[in-house]
Amino acid sequence: MTDPSLPVRTPDVLIIGGGPAGLTAARTLAPKVPGQVLVLDREKTAGGIPRHSDHTGYGLRDLRRVMSGPAYARHLVTAAERAGATIRTEATVTDWVDDHTVEVTTPQGRLRVHAPAIILATGARERPRPARLIPGDRPRGVYTTGHLQNLVHLHHAKVGRKAVVVGGELVSWSAVLTLREAGCRTVLMTTRYASPESYAAFNLPGRTVLGVPVATRTRVTRIIGHGRLQAVEFENVDTGQRRTVECDTLVLTGDWIPDHELARWADLDIDPGTRGPVVDTALRTSRAGVFAIGNLVHAVDTADVAALDGAHVADQVLAWLADPKPPAGGVRIAADEPFRWVAPNLLRPGDPAPARRRLLLWTDELVRVPHVAVRQGGTVLAQRRLPWPASPGRVFRVPSSLLRDVDPSDGDVHVGLV
Amino acid sequence: MSHPEATGSANNAGPSNNAGSGNSAGSTSQPFDVAVVGGGIVGAAIARELAGYELSIALVEARDDVGDGTSKANTAILHTGFDAKPGTLESRLVRRGYHLLGEYAKRTGIPVERTGALLVAWTPEEFDALPSLAEKARANGYEHCEIVDAAEVYRQVAALGEGALGGLTVPDESIICTWTTNLALATDAVGRGVRLLRNHRVEAVTVAEDATTLHTSAGDVPARWVVNAAGLGADVLDRLFGHDRFTVTPRRGELLVYDKLARPMIDKIVLPVPSKVGKGVLISPTIYGNVMLGPTAEDLTDRTATGTSEGGFEFLLDKGRRLMPRLLAEEVTASYAGLRAAIDHGDFLIQADPTQRYLLVGGIRSTGLTSGMAIGEYVRDLIAEAGLTLVPKAELPDPPRMPNLGEAFPRPYQRADLIAADPAYGSVVCFCERVTAGEIRDACRSVIPPASLEGLRRRTRAMNGRCQGFYCGAEVSDLFTNSRNEATR
Ligand SMILES: Cc1cc2nc3c(=O)[nH]c(=O)nc-3n(C[C@H](O)[C@H](O)[C@H](O)COP(=O)(O)OP(=O)(O)OC[C@H]3O[C@@H](n4cnc5c(N)ncnc54)[C@H](O)[C@@H]3O)c2cc1C
Ligand SMILES: Cc1cc2nc3c(=O)[nH]c(=O)nc-3n(C[C@H](O)[C@H](O)[C@H](O)COP(=O)(O)OP(=O)(O)OC[C@H]3O[C@@H](n4cnc5c(N)ncnc54)[C@H](O)[C@@H]3O)c2cc1C
Repeated sequence: MTDPSLPVRTPDVLIIGGGPAGLTAARTLAPKVPGQVLVLDREKTAGGIPRHSDHTGYGLRDLRRVMSGPAYARHLVTAAERAGATIRTEATVTDWVDDHTVEVTTPQGRLRVHAPAIILATGARERPRPARLIPGDRPRGVYTTGHLQNLVHLHHAKVGRKAVVVGGELVSWSAVLTLREAGCRTVLMTTRYASPESYAAFNLPGRTVLGVPVATRTRVTRIIGHGRLQAVEFENVDTGQRRTVECDTLVLTGDWIPDHELARWADLDIDPGTRGPVVDTALRTSRAGVFAIGNLVHAVDTADVAALDGAHVADQVLAWLADPKPPAGGVRIAADEPFRWVAPNLLRPGDPAPARRRLLLWTDELVRVPHVAVRQGGTVLAQRRLPWPASPGRVFRVPSSLLRDVDPSDGDVHVGLV
Repeated sequence: MSHPEATGSANNAGPSNNAGSGNSAGSTSQPFDVAVVGGGIVGAAIARELAGYELSIALVEARDDVGDGTSKANTAILHTGFDAKPGTLESRLVRRGYHLLGEYAKRTGIPVERTGALLVAWTPEEFDALPSLAEKARANGYEHCEIVDAAEVYRQVAALGEGALGGLTVPDESIICTWTTNLALATDAVGRGVRLLRNHRVEAVTVAEDATTLHTSAGDVPARWVVNAAGLGADVLDRLFGHDRFTVTPRRGELLVYDKLARPMIDKIVLPVPSKVGKGVLISPTIYGNVMLGPTAEDLTDRTATGTSEGGFEFLLDKGRRLMPRLLAEEVTASYAGLRAAIDHGDFLIQADPTQRYLLVGGIRSTGLTSGMAIGEYVRDLIAEAGLTLVPKAELPDPPRMPNLGEAFPRPYQRADLIAADPAYGSVVCFCERVTAGEIRDACRSVIPPASLEGLRRRTRAMNGRCQGFYCGAEVSDLFTNSRNEATR
């Protein structure tokens, strides 16, 4: 339902989503674009997920220092504003009117924004219980990390006393820290994955510093409790054995999905692996003049990597504004098992190397010494043994130089193992 | 989470302190003329209907909200009754209810989408059954069914899986908002003077010469007449009146709700050919813009078992994979289960017991949303016949205008006029469902305010979306607490 009588804004660049990716794009573009660079964010404050992720670990690769999530978010907002970008909060982009026009709801009214260049930076969310198809009762006390951190850090609310955290990703440890701050003890962490080494860096502090036991190869099979959560049933996926753990709080962490609603309604090509829009190494989507960055195209990597997408896309946006020529051709980049996805996922002739000269991949299995191969039409074009492991629950980075010999006019490129 | 009003001490309720939606009971006084037990769709419809007459009425509900039983967890189809058993009371009341509720929806703003349905045959036996289904529809007074071939089936719903052999169209089946329906009926009832008593679970009854006393968890409620519309609890209450005529078997129906991004795949209700065990698994658009797959049908013994099950999910996914394979690639945004009050009796069981001034409304299994208002009329006639004098009220208030939860109709976040008049309607709080601060505030100020976040969800859709609170959960609960405090101050 769109309304032609609405007031129209016409910035040069519209950035939808003011998280690390969108804010960094805004900061980089604002000084270089003659017209307005407008960031719209639906929250009361811009900054994205770091706003409520109140622990250290942000800013390493983009700012070359480490700070807390909220401080990082504030830093990015200030930097974008100083650079001359306009940030509007409480501004929810709701619909597309045409290829380059959206409708927006704000407390100050409903409006349209038309821009020759649009950057989607809408981020990713954790899949909640229904999406994970967890059966059982529907008591209170079941959260995602995002929900939990909003409650504890932004609203200073109480959660329970005894928690189980599902997931063995970076974010799972972030949940444990938040629970601790809220006075809630994590009695168990569970992960579907087999090897505790798959998250070695966190397993150790988990067992020693935080004192949390970890159950591997474990899945949730039932939620129990009327009113408040009472217990959760788990299954060992190898033995099929089940047990029940009493707790009043369950945090479902990780298991990300891009917030791709706008991308989907725009009918952009969607990558079946990332479930975000298909992007080339310049971070262009399938619609000319529409770009996509951050966790929307790789759910999820750390905030600094999302931010550096924002810096990377700036030159591509400027090139488009100077010469709006729709890109053509290219070959799809696909991930082979055990990898679930690869981003970017399109390689066009003459395009730049991807952000940070890295392909980002997600693995479903721990590979301690990955020997990566790039294939096209059945031939191995390049292979390399990488000195870092591919671990479930975190992005695996592959140098984009492995794509050097790809023929961008030939068939799909596959990234897999030798 | 308890509603501030609900903390009133346990004592007696009488019609003299007609506090509208008040939850707490007042002091002893005159008995009500009628107490309707059960604040589901059926009880609310009966209370509203009877409140059109010069009667004092209590609507007695065990839970902290109306519409928190089976009426909140169904497939929300406004049935034509084409597939009912001809000649039954159910067939008659569904047909009548379809028109009554359709009209009422227009007046109150309950969202309805006239999607139509397509019943699809997947086996030769099912295909052969189509003519008799069309015949049955006619016997039920429904004339618009048409048998179509496979090509037409796929023309109407291209996303269907392979193997459809043909179908039967039911152009008037529609989708509706069951939450708003229940709330509209209850709000209307209160507007007409009904005393709503939430948190009043009837635990025992004493029938005396001139009045019956309902002993509830929050005090005694005396009434001359009692209408039992207790849904799953109707047989238990019936036994308190000394009867032993039926047993409710909770028949669980589990459902999966898919992301709104799946909605373009389907714009009508896709029904299976019904079998002896029930209506079968359907795929339907929902009034909120999602796609629903379900329900299962499984007889249980536990009447509180509204949890979902592994077996139920597996069964539904298996069905879905065959019915509409592409649907399964989308995210499930909600799963729930409802319990049909199935009984050992082939029809609705609505009977008056004039000596005890008591009326049973039992076995309203799988069509009560549609038939509720017709049941209200039927009960009215039955109770009059049984000896209650009905004098129409000279004047009745207009029915309430309900906030629109339907995706197909303008919602506050889309309305420049509303936002200009009140910025709260431009302040989106729940992003996935696009619920604004204004709507949450309004719900808290409404005639029957929500007693919990669950109640708020049913009134606004807040937190019902794909993120299930990842972004908005904390903000919504804060806003709810604040709005509630303001509204009760
Ligand atoms: C609990 C947790 C802990 C983490 N810990 C770390 C850590 O220690 N270090 C680290 O580097 N990374 C960490 N991360 C990851 C990091 O937060 C993300 O990688 C980063 O926020 C991604 O940035 P983004 O800009 O892509 O998306 P987001 O931060 O998700 O921002 C997206 C923005 O888009 C807005 N938006 C979406 N849709 C619309 C719309 N329709 N209209 C208007 N606005 C819209 C949203 O409001 C949001 O502000 C953590 C993540 C979580 C959840
Ligand atoms: C899976 C499923 C799908 C369905 N699909 C449809 C459909 O598409 N279309 C349709 O028309 N119908 C459908 N139905 C049927 C419809 O939902 C029911 O017929 C209808 O909701 C019954 O309403 P009710 O008021 O009788 O029961 P309820 O909504 O259960 O209300 C009964 C109320 O009585 C209260 N109560 C019980 N005992 C006591 C006590 N002792 N004291 C005080 N209060 C008490 C309960 O708390 C409850 O609120 C479906 C049902 C299910 C389960």
